[in-house]
Amino acid sequence: MGIHDRLIEDVGLRRGVSRLTPEKIQKTVNAVLKNETGARLKVYSETCMRCGMCATACHFAQSHPDDPSYTPAGKVRQTLDVLLEKDGKVEPDFIYGLAQLAYTECNLCRRCVHYCPIGIDTGYIMSVMRRICHKLGVTPQYIQDTAHSHSATYNQMWVKDDEWTDTLQWQEEEAREEFPDLRIPLDKEGADIYYSVIAPEPKFRTQLIYQAAAIMHAAGVDWTMPAEPGWDNSDMCMFTGDFEMMGRLKRRHFESAQKLKVKRIVMGECGHAFRSIYDVGNRWDGWLWHPVPVVHSIEFFWELMRDGKIKLAKKYPGPVTVHDPCNVVRGRGLHEKLRELVRFLVDGDIVETASHGEHNLCCAAGGGVINCGPPFKNSRVAGCKAKADELKATGVGTIVAPCHNCHGGLEDTTHAYHLDMKIKFLGDIIYECMEKPEA
Amino acid sequence: MNTIYEFVTGPLAWLAWAAFIVGSVWRLVGMYRLAKTKDASSIAFMSWKYSLRSIAHWITPFATLGWRRNPALTVATFLFHLLLFAVPIFLTAHVMLWDQFFGISFPAIPDPIGDYLTIVVIALCVFFAVRRLQDPNVRYITKTADWVALAIVLAPFVTGFLAYRQILDYDTMIILHILAGELMLVAIPWTRLSHMVFAVFTRSYMGSEFGGVRHARDW
Repeated sequence: MGIHDRLIEDVGLRRGVSRLTPEKIQKTVNAVLKNETGARLKVYSETCMRCGMCATACHFAQSHPDDPSYTPAGKVRQTLDVLLEKDGKVEPDFIYGLAQLAYTECNLCRRCVHYCPIGIDTGYIMSVMRRICHKLGVTPQYIQDTAHSHSATYNQMWVKDDEWTDTLQWQEEEAREEFPDLRIPLDKEGADIYYSVIAPEPKFRTQLIYQAAAIMHAAGVDWTMPAEPGWDNSDMCMFTGDFEMMGRLKRRHFESAQKLKVKRIVMGECGHAFRSIYDVGNRWDGWLWHPVPVVHSIEFFWELMRDGKIKLAKKYPGPVTVHDPCNVVRGRGLHEKLRELVRFLVDGDIVETASHGEHNLCCAAGGGVINCGPPFKNSRVAGCKAKADELKATGVGTIVAPCHNCHGGLEDTTHAYHLDMKIKFLGDIIYECMEKPEA
Repeated sequence: MNTIYEFVTGPLAWLAWAAFIVGSVWRLVGMYRLAKTKDASSIAFMSWKYSLRSIAHWITPFATLGWRRNPALTVATFLFHLLLFAVPIFLTAHVMLWDQFFGISFPAIPDPIGDYLTIVVIALCVFFAVRRLQDPNVRYITKTADWVALAIVLAPFVTGFLAYRQILDYDTMIILHILAGELMLVAIPWTRLSHMVFAVFTRSYMGSEFGGVRHARDW
């Protein structure tokens, strides 16, 4: 049992591997291990007692209960352990399997951390595996394309400079039919809020920009959006292991906000972008924290609610269930505020999934997995069975999921497992229910 | 026999303890220096408050999700580690040695109880071994080093039990027991058993990162 029993053809992995030799692999593996990792990786690999407590932590393992090769320690067994045993000298075909495992069978969600008594971070180990794969030039085609997009356009979706401002102005125009005085201020210096989004929003989730503008307008927020590249807070490079580009992206993003002298950045409802900004990308750039305060939409909406700036014309009909995006909950502890918001917005109960809050099950789409594209969709959806079972057991019709990737993952999952459940952003619900005085 | 006994309780014992202490310090210092150069941000995030909070939860049976999801293993693990320290330290025979060699005296466990607790430790080691063979998830990830670690820890208890009960030749058995104990001491800094030295730091780091950076619990 293992990754090599379930290899999936991907042109990016295949071409990458075709350029490798065991000697090249050994050189790169050892260079990464020696130069880029330190005490953490060494201690983790040495003190893992192979106790197997982490086995049922992972949603992949829970969805494949008879296959130990999906467990967190099982993932490490098939990857880092082998590299260390063989001093990095492995065959190209082995790297194929290692890459597929690291990129598509781990969401870096860190649920396993709640199960390990020693405090081993399997997500970190998988990140190092991805780094090695990136340096070897072996990455899945789809996610590598988004990494290229980041390099070329500073955003994830090949949105050209003028397409960005065009899209914002288009949404502004549309929104002004509903709110005649609404503006999406571009490049406003000294604004309180710099609202940043991920590239899929202008590309195919434009209604989220519309909704955000409507909410900002109704709440009387002093906000702006940037007109130049640097507006995309997303970071697929963090997930491919292209840390150099990740650093450039985050620096561009922060400098874009600093140039406008804004008080703080409010991020759209996304998970990984948040991680990249406050945890991973900033560290690569040498910042302990982030040079401009960053707040997630959940927290921002919660503040608006607390300050009475969201006035509801009606409430959203419950009951609902809440999906806790890993990067925002295990990543930033926002599960309580999320629920306070939901209780304010919903007329009905929150029916929790069996695993919720910090112990939630991942949607199986995050960590770059859904971004590896169609070749891996079935494997991803299969890994989401445990989550689907938990969602089904709630018996409700709506899932509140404040994260783009989670939406993608849950949409695929609810379809595949025939769950008749709608998936909503907080922005969706607030916009739907808020007072629209000018309407 | 006597000269061998003198040797293993004399110079070899000093050597073993020194190797354990010096070895552990060496590894700790080495790991710290490595962290300073390569994991600087991790060190920067270390926090007393969140480290202690995490340790407090993980050192309490069933106070974490991981412990709750593995109840049998939790009981076995806590009992095993408790006895691993308590039995060697408070066994009458050992307390007498401390008194004999260094003039230090402290209370001891009555012999029959010590005997019984040794059997418990051996039984727990058997539980770990059976689990490692039977549970597919554990079997899949097992390496030789895991068996070696278990053997190193089991040996002093088995030999000690046999010596106390005077099964087989006592003189040989007692020397094997002492050697087994010394082997364990020497092995701690250089095998899986090093988790004794490092676990407090890995736990502290995870507590610090989750508490201080992620504002979430790591249990």
